[in-house]
Order: sequence, then structure tokens, then C-alpha cells
Amino acid sequence: MEVPILKQGDYLIASIQSALTDADLSQLREALVERVGRFRARGVIVDVTALDVMDSFAVRTLRDISHMARLRGAETVIVGIQPEVAFAMVQLGLTLKGVATALDLEEGLAFLDRLKGGRIDVERQAQRRFDHGR
Amino acid sequence: MADDVRLAITCDLDIVQARQRGRQLAADAGFTSGDQTVIAAAISEIARNILMYARKGEMTLSVVTNGERHAVEVVARDQGPGIRDVERAMQDGYSTSGGLGLGLPGARRLMDDFEVVSGHGKGTTVTMRKWKRSNV
Repeated sequence: MEVPILKQGDYLIASIQSALTDADLSQLREALVERVGRFRARGVIVDVTALDVMDSFAVRTLRDISHMARLRGAETVIVGIQPEVAFAMVQLGLTLKGVATALDLEEGLAFLDRLKGGRIDVERQAQRRFDHGR
Repeated sequence: MADDVRLAITCDLDIVQARQRGRQLAADAGFTSGDQTVIAAAISEIARNILMYARKGEMTLSVVTNGERHAVEVVARDQGPGIRDVERAMQDGYSTSGGLGLGLPGARRLMDDFEVVSGHGKGTTVTMRKWKRSNV
């Protein structure tokens, strides 16, 4: 099951849709690291909302993605870890230390925007104001 | 009660299959979704250990009963090289495969009962149980 990777401005968004095998996770890592260069991305978001389990292999791969993308000049944020998944991860001793996380996609985008050193994405800010106003 | 589920573990897709079947079994037995996740995560670690160290093996998932109490029981067997030092393998961060070394100790923390029978050259059997909490 290939994970779709969307490009949005300077960011790549990988949205995991279903359970992934180890091979799928490794494939996602290769694809993201390659696309950071191809699209000159400055940020990567991996949305794991749909994952019902994160085991040591998944966590190791996400950590590798984050470190490899950073070596290529992009910051990564993992978003959407569910409460029960977080509980099981901590019991397993998997803390994702050194990897940025955010509650959901919106928070992840806000995090990357802040990292861009105060440069404000006017369009997205306007959209957010619009969304809040509704 | 549901029949035992017996699964061959021979490739990474089998890991996904095993944790999904484990979750389903726990859901059918009335476990909370938090405990379903815990069971699925433990199955994932132990199934991966089979692939990593023995290349193939099998897993049996069942619901066992002790009086009024129910547990999901997972038995993982392989005919691999066995664990030379079980006590060390149960320590966080100890790995002979270059992994994180969290598989066995992590799964033990997730489950209530956890037993490893292994010997050098004799294969490995891991038996683990998660009991359903009675107050839910």
C-alpha cells in the first residue's frame, strides 16, 4: 500500500491511509527523502492518524525519516498519534525523542510555519481566519 | 468462545495480519479499545522477532478463561537459533540484531503474563496474556 505524498507550498504531506507493512514504511522513507530534493521542500508532515498501532519498526522508520529529511534541509513533524497508540508506545519504551510531533495536521502546519523564522504565509493565515470565523 | 487463530509468520505482511487478528479477537472478547491496541502492539513486536531471528514461525491467538476472568493468550513459536541469554534479552536496549532492543521487554510491559522458553539451538516459545479488566 503506497502512501500518497502531497506537495503543498514548501511542504510535503504524507498521509498514511491504512496499516503499513515494514516494506511499505521503508518505501515511504525512500520516497520522502527523494522528494525533499525534487520539490525543494522545507518541511515534511507525516500524518499517522489512521495508524492503529505503532511498533518499534514504525517508530524507528519515522525517526529515520525525520533525521534524513533534516540532513536534506527539511524539518519533519509527525501528526495524529492517537491516545491509545501513544499509551502503547510509552509502555514499549518508544518516545520518538528528537522528533517533532503535533496534535493534528493543522498544528503540524502551524509548527512548520513558525519554524520558517517568522515568515508568515499570508494565504494560509487568511484561510485560518476564515475557518475560525465560520 | 471464538476458535483459536493459528497464523504462519513468514513475511512482514503476516505481522500486520497477526496484529489485526489479535485486535479483532480482543474486540470480540469485550476488551477496551486501549487494551486492543496494547495487545496488537505486543503481537507486532513478537511477530517481528520471529521474522528477524528465526525467519519463520507461527502464532496462536486464543481467549483463555480462569474462573470468571478472560484473557487473550498469544503463543509464538519458532524453530530458530534460540535465545542464548534470555535474561539479557529481557533488558531494554539489548539487541543482537541492530534493532532497538525493545521487543521482548516492551511486550512484557504491555502484557500481564509473559513467559519465554528458549535455549540455544532449541527455538523459542513466547507465551503472553492480557487479562480483561473486570471493572469495565
